[in-house]
Amino acid sequence: MRKVNQKGWFFVLPVLILVAFNALVPMMTVVNYSVQETFGNNQFFWHGLGWFQDILRSERFHAALGRQFLFTFLILVIEVPLGVIIALSMPRKGFWVPVCLVTMALPMLIPWNVVGAMWNIFTLPDIGLLGYFMNHVLGIDYNMTRSPFAAWVTIITMDVWHWTSLVVLLCYAGLVSIPDAYYQAAKIDGASNWAVFRYIQLPKMKQVLTIAVLLRFMDSFNVYTEPFVLTGGGPGNSTTLLSIDLVKIALGQFDLGPAAAMSLIYFAITLFVSWLFYTLMTRHDVK
Amino acid sequence: MAKITLDKLRHSYMPDPRGASDYALKEINLDWQDGGAYALLGPSGCGKSTLLNIISGLLIPSEGRILFDGTDVTGLPPDRRNIAQVFQFPVIYDTMTVYDNLAFPLRNRGVDEGRVKARVEEIAAILEVTEMLGTRAANLSPDNKQKISMGRGLVRDDVNVIMFDEPLTVIDPHLKWKLRSKLKELHQKVKVTMIYVTHDQTEALTFADQVVVMQDGEVVQIGTPVDLFERPAHTFVGHFIGSPGMNVLPAEVKDGAAYFNGEHVALEGAIAPGSGRHEIGVRPEFVTLSATGLPATVRKVMDLGRHSVVEAMAGTTKINAVVEGAAPGQGEAVHLSFRPDQTRLYRDGWIASDKERAA
Repeated sequence: MRKVNQKGWFFVLPVLILVAFNALVPMMTVVNYSVQETFGNNQFFWHGLGWFQDILRSERFHAALGRQFLFTFLILVIEVPLGVIIALSMPRKGFWVPVCLVTMALPMLIPWNVVGAMWNIFTLPDIGLLGYFMNHVLGIDYNMTRSPFAAWVTIITMDVWHWTSLVVLLCYAGLVSIPDAYYQAAKIDGASNWAVFRYIQLPKMKQVLTIAVLLRFMDSFNVYTEPFVLTGGGPGNSTTLLSIDLVKIALGQFDLGPAAAMSLIYFAITLFVSWLFYTLMTRHDVK
Repeated sequence: MAKITLDKLRHSYMPDPRGASDYALKEINLDWQDGGAYALLGPSGCGKSTLLNIISGLLIPSEGRILFDGTDVTGLPPDRRNIAQVFQFPVIYDTMTVYDNLAFPLRNRGVDEGRVKARVEEIAAILEVTEMLGTRAANLSPDNKQKISMGRGLVRDDVNVIMFDEPLTVIDPHLKWKLRSKLKELHQKVKVTMIYVTHDQTEALTFADQVVVMQDGEVVQIGTPVDLFERPAHTFVGHFIGSPGMNVLPAEVKDGAAYFNGEHVALEGAIAPGSGRHEIGVRPEFVTLSATGLPATVRKVMDLGRHSVVEAMAGTTKINAVVEGAAPGQGEAVHLSFRPDQTRLYRDGWIASDKERAA
């Protein structure tokens, strides 16, 4: 039997304490709120799983969850293939490599609330560059404060603009790690471009692509700042994603119990989908 | 299968080559017979991989032509040359099974599934990988991966030449020998022209019928392993092949005879007329310790089991001798003699003594 060195735990302790204070303990207070009811004066009453039942049955939650899934689905469907295509068309050697990389990285360096504000101004129908162009040059009625469709198009476009680069950079890293011999062998074997992509590039990108999809899923599923600054969840509730709704309940209406229950459900969904996806993607690797 | 002809081939990686030093390959003229086993041997950076890539079509030469059976293929892309190449690091398609890997080149060419199955099974039997056909190629050991990448070249029955670019680099030493003899056996079975690029003399000499030795983008000598060993055309070949390499001693030529440190040295034959920097070349295997001869002092003795390599100093020149049986001790004074028919003169690196004509 191998001797286990128990001293290792000692070195993990600082991290455990840190995580406990910045994650576990705050989360326990959320759990605490989620099972209690209060009428003010800091008096709390046991409410069991009542809030969870309320949330799970509430149409408002269903609608926000539906919008959240739609948003995440759309941006993944656009950003992942687009990112792969851009990464494939980037040069592998030479002067243009750093130029492309820096250009790609730029959107990601901009703070989230600035991105929201930028796109807000960009799309203003009378003075924004895009808004003015659409309305006054092309003659398309584009006003995201009035039309839910325009609002959706804008938040999706904004997210694609902001985050496709992440997919690009990760895929690019996967692509440049493929030795030249693979391409040469494929040429000699008479492989078509599609076969090269399918049997060489895609398998080599699979791991980074898994990480990219996972990161994009988690980030987009929890997205708050950009759509909040851009549309504030409007017009009406049309772009009220889960996180925006959650903040409305927690800080707008100050319903701590339902907000806590909703947070936990929200967290559980994110965790479950991530776990499911990761398990499915890596199940072949263990063999 | 085809005869391969390289006709005035030159290549430079620079867009505008000026002097000879700008060329990675200086003019090369070569004929490779159909079905032969050839090795391209040379140190790293001598241009052998460049030459290989030119033959496979991955690189278009700056000048000259490549002919397969007399047909000019210089401008053809790799997939239209019907060649196969095995790379330094095994290239396999990770996500496919071994079977699909072997079938890949055939399927890409639209061969029908029945024929694919027959060929793959035939090749798998030759390579002894039949029981692995169903496994994922990613799970194989490096030597089996290398076998599979070889197999991808062999499945096509129209293949002109199979090229190996240092294929044993990542293989464990004890498997190298196995795979090497497998290769040799394979060549005897399928009779495809094979070109084997390596910087390892053992690999080249055991694999090939004809070895092409390259240095600085030039072919220095083409010959059978025995030729290269016994009569190196250039001191470089003498150095590069053999362990230890040939002794090269500075020499003076006076009246058609060669002298080292003022002592006359008998050669294999007459010296070709001309002048330049002269050197005497003799392999350690043909240097013996004797009662008379060149005086020298033993500096080091390496016991290699079956024989010893004695390193002696004659003046400031180091001379190695392979000695069977009892070797002298360190610091001992000895006399060395060279076997005349294996002692040659080199002028500016190239052989200048003539075996046919007596001195």
